[in-house]
Amino acid sequence: MAKRVGIEVSIAIAEAVKLAQAEVVAAYPITPQTHIVEHLSELVADGELDAEFIPVESEHAALSTCCGSVAAGARTYTATSSQGLMLMSEVLYVASGMRLPIVMTVANRALSAPISIWNDHQDIMTQRDCGWIQTFAENGQEAVDLTLHAFRVAEDRKVSLPMIVNIDGFTLSHVIEPIELPDQADVDRYLPPFKPKYKLDPKKPISMGPVGIPEVYTEARMAHDQAIKNAKRWIIKAWDEFEEVFGRRYNPVEEYRTEDAEIVLVTMGSISETAMTAVDKMRDEGKKVGLLKIRLWRPFPGPEFRKAAKGAKVLAVVDRTLAPGASSGPVGEELRTVFYKVPGAPKIFNFIAGLGGRDVTVERFEEMVDKAASYAKKRPKELYEVIGVREK
Amino acid sequence: MAVQDAIIGWKTITHGCHVLEPGSTRHFKTGDWRSMRPVVDKEKCIKCGMCYIFCPDMCYSQTEEGYYEANMDYCKGCGICANECPKDAITMVPEEEE
Ligand code: SF4
Ligand code: SF4
Repeated sequence: MAKRVGIEVSIAIAEAVKLAQAEVVAAYPITPQTHIVEHLSELVADGELDAEFIPVESEHAALSTCCGSVAAGARTYTATSSQGLMLMSEVLYVASGMRLPIVMTVANRALSAPISIWNDHQDIMTQRDCGWIQTFAENGQEAVDLTLHAFRVAEDRKVSLPMIVNIDGFTLSHVIEPIELPDQADVDRYLPPFKPKYKLDPKKPISMGPVGIPEVYTEARMAHDQAIKNAKRWIIKAWDEFEEVFGRRYNPVEEYRTEDAEIVLVTMGSISETAMTAVDKMRDEGKKVGLLKIRLWRPFPGPEFRKAAKGAKVLAVVDRTLAPGASSGPVGEELRTVFYKVPGAPKIFNFIAGLGGRDVTVERFEEMVDKAASYAKKRPKELYEVIGVREK
Repeated sequence: MAVQDAIIGWKTITHGCHVLEPGSTRHFKTGDWRSMRPVVDKEKCIKCGMCYIFCPDMCYSQTEEGYYEANMDYCKGCGICANECPKDAITMVPEEEE
């Protein structure tokens, strides 16, 4: 039987990587991801995980090392955060373009300047278009489950793309939660050994990462785009199989009390838990409020989202990123596109909240719902609004 | 400007753009922008192979007689072989000259 233990989420993620029997871990420590790789290095040093732990000089080197090891056919894991993800940026695009199924945890954190080690989604949103599959965890159990799911999906020959599991820095990474760590036998049943279609093998040489001349580049990008779009069905199928083996269900878009809801909050990551409390409170007060939580961010599950939002009159979309000079936050923009010219589409209002570790409380969610309700009657001047910002 | 045509479709392009045929770069002839070419004087050549070792494009191969010959499909005309030849057996000749 799988055991339920009180455990720090970072340690639990490292245990999940151990259960997945990763063969290579190359990572550089950065707050708030540190405990994950620290624990993995201990597991390797203590002989509990039969893997190569490769300490590297930077995040750029970490991900480059991962590209090499996964290309050689080894199950490969890394983790990073914030500035570290920025330093990886170049290699992120290399890994996905070359279809190298690396699994990475990103402990989401704000970006400098000013220097901030605290949680928001500005790091990952700068990498929105890096071509990796991306999911968001809401709590520690999901962080563990989505890590196993990521190996299952990324390495599937029908997908063969790298995958990022986003967990909120500190609010998830450093919190002790009751988490059910799956049994090894169940994980082995769920996750077959990594058998890539192509690998670097001196007996059967191939070249990876060649030049794409103008007569080829567009087609290569198109193939990548189609691959990540096609991946959606295998992502969902791997969640179906996850439910069969482990009994927990995951969906691209998770619904909470959306039946007959007129105003629906849209969140990603750990603030969804607070949002549920806020929805309960507002429901108790007779307000028709619901919540949609985006679990799958890339590829974006447009049709699933439209279906889940059916009947909603207003969407209050929360972005945990401020995109300076843009017309709205990335999630807000995405949903406006998804609903563009759709008959009966809800009105969409975009709120920027929870930047650089600022708490998003139940009261803040109530404020957003109230504002969205009033904006639905009288259009606001701006396309987005920063919640809880002090003026003077 | 002429319309630029794709040489492969997105449905048929290899996974991750991998090149599955080893050594296929040799199909890609890259010597067409050379302005000078190396000419070997067999009278002076001692078959030492320095040109073969130093050519950055690996153009040289040995003939049956033991001399070294540069493949003009790939030679860029950089002149390194001429510079390195211990017997000054290689002369760089402008392409427009016979
Ligand atoms: S000129 Fe340069 S490229 Fe040509 S054969 Fe000599 S060394 Fe090689
Ligand atoms: S380096 Fe000069 S002497 Fe030596 S093999 Fe080449 S051409 Fe002949």
